Amino acid sequence: MVALVIAEHNDSALRPTMLNVIAAAAACSGEVHVLVAGEGCAAAAQDAATVEGVSKVLLAEGAQFAGGLAENIAAQVLAISGEYSHILAPATPFGKNILPRVAAKLDVSQVSEITRVVSADTFERPIYAGSAIATVRSKDAIKVITVRTTSFAAQGKSAAAAPIEASAPISVSTRARLVSKESLATDRPDLTAAKIVVAGGRGLASRENFEQQLAPLATKLHAAVGASRAAVDAGYAANDCQVGQTGKVVAPQLYIAVGISGAIQHLAGMKDSKVIVAINKDPDAPIFSIADYGLVGDLNEVLPQFTAGL
Amino acid sequence: MKVLVSVKRVVDHNVTVRVKADGSGVETANVKMSINPFDEIAVEAAVRLKEAGIATEVIAVSCGSSQSQETLRTALAIGADRGILVECEGELQPLAVAKLLKAIVEKEQPQLIIAGKQAIDDDCSQTGQMLAALCDLPQATFASKIEYQNNLLTVTREVDGGSETLELVPPAIVTTDLRLNEPRYVTLPSIVKAKKKPIDVIPANSLDVDIATNLEVLKVSEPPARKPGVKVGDVNALIQKLKSEVNVI
Repeated sequence: MVALVIAEHNDSALRPTMLNVIAAAAACSGEVHVLVAGEGCAAAAQDAATVEGVSKVLLAEGAQFAGGLAENIAAQVLAISGEYSHILAPATPFGKNILPRVAAKLDVSQVSEITRVVSADTFERPIYAGSAIATVRSKDAIKVITVRTTSFAAQGKSAAAAPIEASAPISVSTRARLVSKESLATDRPDLTAAKIVVAGGRGLASRENFEQQLAPLATKLHAAVGASRAAVDAGYAANDCQVGQTGKVVAPQLYIAVGISGAIQHLAGMKDSKVIVAINKDPDAPIFSIADYGLVGDLNEVLPQFTAGL
Repeated sequence: MKVLVSVKRVVDHNVTVRVKADGSGVETANVKMSINPFDEIAVEAAVRLKEAGIATEVIAVSCGSSQSQETLRTALAIGADRGILVECEGELQPLAVAKLLKAIVEKEQPQLIIAGKQAIDDDCSQTGQMLAALCDLPQATFASKIEYQNNLLTVTREVDGGSETLELVPPAIVTTDLRLNEPRYVTLPSIVKAKKKPIDVIPANSLDVDIATNLEVLKVSEPPARKPGVKVGDVNALIQKLKSEVNVI
């Protein structure tokens, strides 16, 4: 039984949350291999080789992997899948894009967004936006799994590096082509990896207010900025800030929810945060039911005081 | 261009779901059911392509019990031309749905298939990608923009840290993210009109597709509850608590 982890990386290093995926893989199987596919990504393979519990890194390099197209990476995974009992990827846009293609071609069910490994074939995963937890058992020969990274502790680094082997790159013809990538420039920490998240909801009332009131607090706390779906839908914040069932799932040390009522779909994305602070003018807002510290008040008064008081 | 849209009947997103006492699942009896919100966005996207003169026909497909006809009627009221129900009882895993949809795709030969990025009941986010793999079609998941020009689909996708733009040669599959569009409010006349549109009912077992699954749900339980918190009087009290009791700032 060997588990294969599909690495999400930026060519020079693994994404930090890959340490959590590798931890989940180690819980499934005693031996873990990591596939690093890309173009000019040898440094990312070296990074993967130093993660504790990784016994081999497979490096597949080729121009076809540069854009991260699901068709190409799935083909590479399928070419080497025969040796593995488990294939895992993070439940991020990267992993969710690729892994169902792998599962379908292997004719196995995928187990999405696991939050716990009960045994090598049994897993827990949230359903209905986290309103319920399903325990599922897969009888498929190869378990194809995406991992909710916030539910697993990050794997440590090892002193000795695992061997890196070249994996012959597979070429498939695909009628998809990456035209461009548009990244939002920000010097804030990544939302899913930040220790502190400051999130705003519809209560911020405008895009300008979101920037003027919320951003200074986030800057002072070195926090990532999140938003509720309502705030994103209203155009106050970018979609990739969205925390919730339909956005990102975060579990920082401190989550500060400002002007967020606490719809189930939002709670699903942040209720595993260590400490939750809620600031809302409505004393009956559902967010208070899961907050460790609640403050009832007008955010336009509270936020400047909060920022100034730190 | 013929466009196929897949839709799923799910517990309405405003309903608070309750876990059954015997742990066999969640309570769905006497609960309001609706079209999966991401599928509603998919139908809206397809209908807008038709209104722009790009799509010639919009077909809505659902796999499930006969009650999924209601969901298809919603799609028809938004503006789909006809519906197909692949009828079967019991829960279907995404892989089974993808296999059933593949049989319909082979029959209908659409140039574009639009699906929701995930269903809000099982939260799997698999079906569109699986269908793409089974049909060997290019895919663009989590779309926030779809354009069609010179027989090329240009799709903007929501990814971590920004977005990316893909070009696909049809036939292709697109799955929808929230910002793709805001579905129209369905009016009474369009609901009446939708009643007259045809829905084909095809028994799943007539499609020669293996829908058995190796994934077994052992139990469904309530998530662990958080312990109740406290209200603080003002900002200074809050900062004090955070500094002294939790030590995170």
